[in-house]
Order: sequence, then C-alpha cells, then structure tokens
Amino acid sequence: MDEPLLQITKLNAHYNDFQALYQIDMSLSEGEVLAIIGSNGAGKTTLMRSISGLMSNASTQLRYRGRPFGALRADQVAALGIALVPEGRQLFPSLSVEENLLIGGRLGRKGPWSLENVFNLFPILKERRTLPSTSLSGGQQQMVAIGRALMANPELILFDEISLGLAPVIIKSIYEALPHIVGEGISAMIVEQDISKALSVSNRVYCMQEGRVSLEGVSQSISREDISHAYFGIT
Amino acid sequence: MDWVNVLVQGALLGGLYALFAAGLSLIFGVMRLVNIAHGDLIIFAAYMGLTVVTFTGLHPLLALVFVIPAMAIIGYVLQIGILNHTLGDDLLPPLLVTFGLSVILQNSLLEIYTADPQKMDAGVLETASFPLGELQLGVLPVLTFGIAVVVIASLQWLFYRTAIGRAFRAVSDDQDIAQLMGLNKSHIFGLAMALALAVTAIAGILLGIRTSFDPSVGGGRLIFGFEAVIIGGLGNLWGTLVGGVILGVAQTVGAKIDPGWQVLAGHVAFLLVLAIRPQGLFPRISG
Repeated sequence: MDEPLLQITKLNAHYNDFQALYQIDMSLSEGEVLAIIGSNGAGKTTLMRSISGLMSNASTQLRYRGRPFGALRADQVAALGIALVPEGRQLFPSLSVEENLLIGGRLGRKGPWSLENVFNLFPILKERRTLPSTSLSGGQQQMVAIGRALMANPELILFDEISLGLAPVIIKSIYEALPHIVGEGISAMIVEQDISKALSVSNRVYCMQEGRVSLEGVSQSISREDISHAYFGIT
Repeated sequence: MDWVNVLVQGALLGGLYALFAAGLSLIFGVMRLVNIAHGDLIIFAAYMGLTVVTFTGLHPLLALVFVIPAMAIIGYVLQIGILNHTLGDDLLPPLLVTFGLSVILQNSLLEIYTADPQKMDAGVLETASFPLGELQLGVLPVLTFGIAVVVIASLQWLFYRTAIGRAFRAVSDDQDIAQLMGLNKSHIFGLAMALALAVTAIAGILLGIRTSFDPSVGGGRLIFGFEAVIIGGLGNLWGTLVGGVILGVAQTVGAKIDPGWQVLAGHVAFLLVLAIRPQGLFPRISG
C-alpha cells in the first residue's frame, strides 16, 4: 500500500493569535490504528478538530487517499468517511439515544454498521433507546457517541480522549469493543491519556508536545524512556 | 352569555396570533435568531396574496398555492444569502440586520402599494357564521383557529417524528457536532427559514382576509407574535398556541370593557405572565 489513507503535511493551526499546532507531519495507512499521546495542551484535540474540519486549514495540509481536503467543511469531511467521537461525548441533549444514532447514520454511507449492529455491540443501548441521551451514565453516553460515529460507516474514525472521565470498568468494556470496530476494516486514530492502553491497541504511536510531534514509533517496540522524554520534553 | 361569547371569540382570535408566533418560535428554536422583520414579512405575504388575487381573480385562500412556495423560496434565499452571515456568538448582528430588513420591507411596500389600507375580498367566507348553542361563530375565525391547530400539529410532527426535524433539533443543540454528522448547517437553517416563512404566508393571508392592512402594521403583528411565544414558553409549539389564545382572550375582554383597552389588555396579560412566570407557562420540558 503505497498511498496512505490520511496524509498530514506541515499542518499548522491557530486560535486567533495563539498557534496550537506547528508543522505537524503524520500519515496513516489503511487498516492502521494510530495512538496519539501527549500531555494536556499538546494539541491533540486541535489535531482532531483540524482533521474533522471543525477548524479550517490550507487545502493541501491534509490529504485523504491523495485528495486534498483541508479546506472542506466538517459536513463534507464527514461525507468522505471520516468520523469523530468528540472529547466529552457531546451528544445531542434534545435527542433520544436512538435519534442520536440515527443522526449519525443520516449520510447513508454503505457499510456494515446499522442501528441493529450498534445495539449488538452495546446491548445496553437497545434497552435505553427511547430515553433522552442526557439520562445515561457517562460510559453509556460514550457508547452512544461511538455508535453515532459508527453509524456513518466511516473508513477512518477519530477518538478524542476516549476514556476521559470514565470509570475503569467502563473503560475496559469500551476497549473490549474496540477490536470489533477496527476489525471491520476501519482505520482509527485514538487520543488517549493512558499510555499503556494506547500502546496496547495501536500499531503506531505519535507523541505530541507543545503543538509538535515529539516522537513517532511502532507501538510494540517503542521504549518507555523515549516516551517519557517525548511526553514531558525532558532530554 | 355575552361573556362566554367574548371568551370564545378571543380564543379563536388567538389562533391567528399563534400563526404569527409559530414562525418566530421555529426560527428562534433552531438558530437562536430573533427576526425583527417577522411582522413585516407577514404583511409582505398579505400583499403578495393581494397581488395574486388581483391578477388572477382567485379566492384569497387559493392564493396560498402561490404564496406559500414563494415565501418558502424567499426564506431559503434570505437565510443563505444574508442571515447565515450574521449568525455567530454575537446576538447583535442578526438583530440589526433583520431590523434593517424590516425598514426596507416597509418602505418598499409603501412605494409599491402606497399607504392606503388594503383588504382581500374573500366573499361570503368573511361574514358566514353558524350557531353553536346560543353562540354565533364566524366561519372565518373558526377556520383560522383550525388551520392554526393543524399547522402547529404538523410542525410538532415534523420536529419530533421526521429526519429533517431530527436535524433541526441536532443543529439547535450543537452546530459543530451536527456539522460532524454531515449536516450542513447553512442548508438546515435555510430550510428552517423556508418553513417559517411558509407558515408566515398562511398567517399573512388569513390576516389580510380578516382585517385591512397597510405597510406600517407589521410591527404590531411582531409584538403579538413575540408575546404569544413568551407567554407559552420558548421552544414549545403547543405552548405558543396557548399563548396566542391567552393574548386573544385578554384583548377581547379588554375591548368588551372599553374598546380602547383592547391592545393594552393584551400587553398587560403578557406583562403579568412575565412577572409571575418569566420562563413562560410551558417552557420546553422534553427537548
């Protein structure tokens, strides 16, 4: 596979005068799972927002299957097959659980994910389908957020802070669901605070620090020492 | 019996006010836009109906076949072309722009149609009535109320039972996240405004059959619409109907006591609700 699914070239991002990302270079091959680690403020969420189109970029900084898409709006990026599970779930409070999932599926992209398959993956959601999404626990809300992204049948799914603020037992069950998701041929980028979790589910890992990529490597062979240097900027 | 009649007539009048208010409520609900030009758009629709009636000789109610789609298209274009550019974190730009639009509409109507009061001729419909017990009910007020109920029930159904309604609610909740779901908010807002102005078209025609109108009366309709929305509670369409009815009843009761008190009594009822229940009678409870 010569052409990567996602190619990020010299990506910069700004919030007004503040520059959050500096010349980020990354690539992701089809079927690959990337972990993005780094401390708070390293630019991980900004990276997710840039890729998903919530922040606009120069067109050629982002390429999907070779096609520049940096200047597209978020809804157009979604139509390409890139879905984001945003930090803090961000479900639609006035929609029921099922309606949140249906909104995710409204693009009508073809693929294995349907309401039924999402309910098979997270059976608890089927019981709660008619409830307002806000009445669910944090973990169940995260399941809805993941299901909502899957309903779009994406080729690439971005998880921003997948386990932030969730109980360990919930994190465990979400990680247990992960192989079923990427096993369906979906590529993924996972932003995760827990480094050992991040390394265990990913093929490769990027560490970010102060808006730059400070380390890149294969998850199985990367050394803990290098990571802590890259993470905290100690050399 | 006199007073029962007053209450019933007031309640029926409330149907018209609910139609003024429904579009306003819908736009605010979906995109947090306060449309100052809403009243003038109602009058604009009335003039459009008048023009269609004059040129084609159709019955005013049949003119809706033209006026509804025309207003919907104008709504979509207005939203995409102008209003979407004013929406953001700041509430002031949309207020100023729709205020400007209101001024432009009033003066354009004045240029084209002059300041002479106009009225649409609906023939026997205007005076027809039927007895109900000891009451005599006008066919037009009953029809207006019936249309208001049907319009609000349809909007309710659309909002809570269809994919486009889901999209409206999702965009209203969180524009960014809705965009991630592939919803183009500019387009969704355009559709919401199209829908709102389609309702406005109905309100404008019914107003133009019921009473005479001139280019300057839009502001008053805007106030009645606002009051109905606030009394009923923001974001609740059935509440808006109740708000319209309360406003209508207050006005007819006021007029019964002293004809000069009609409009004032409506405003007093509105202020009372605002003082006792600032969130309105039925603020949106279940989404």
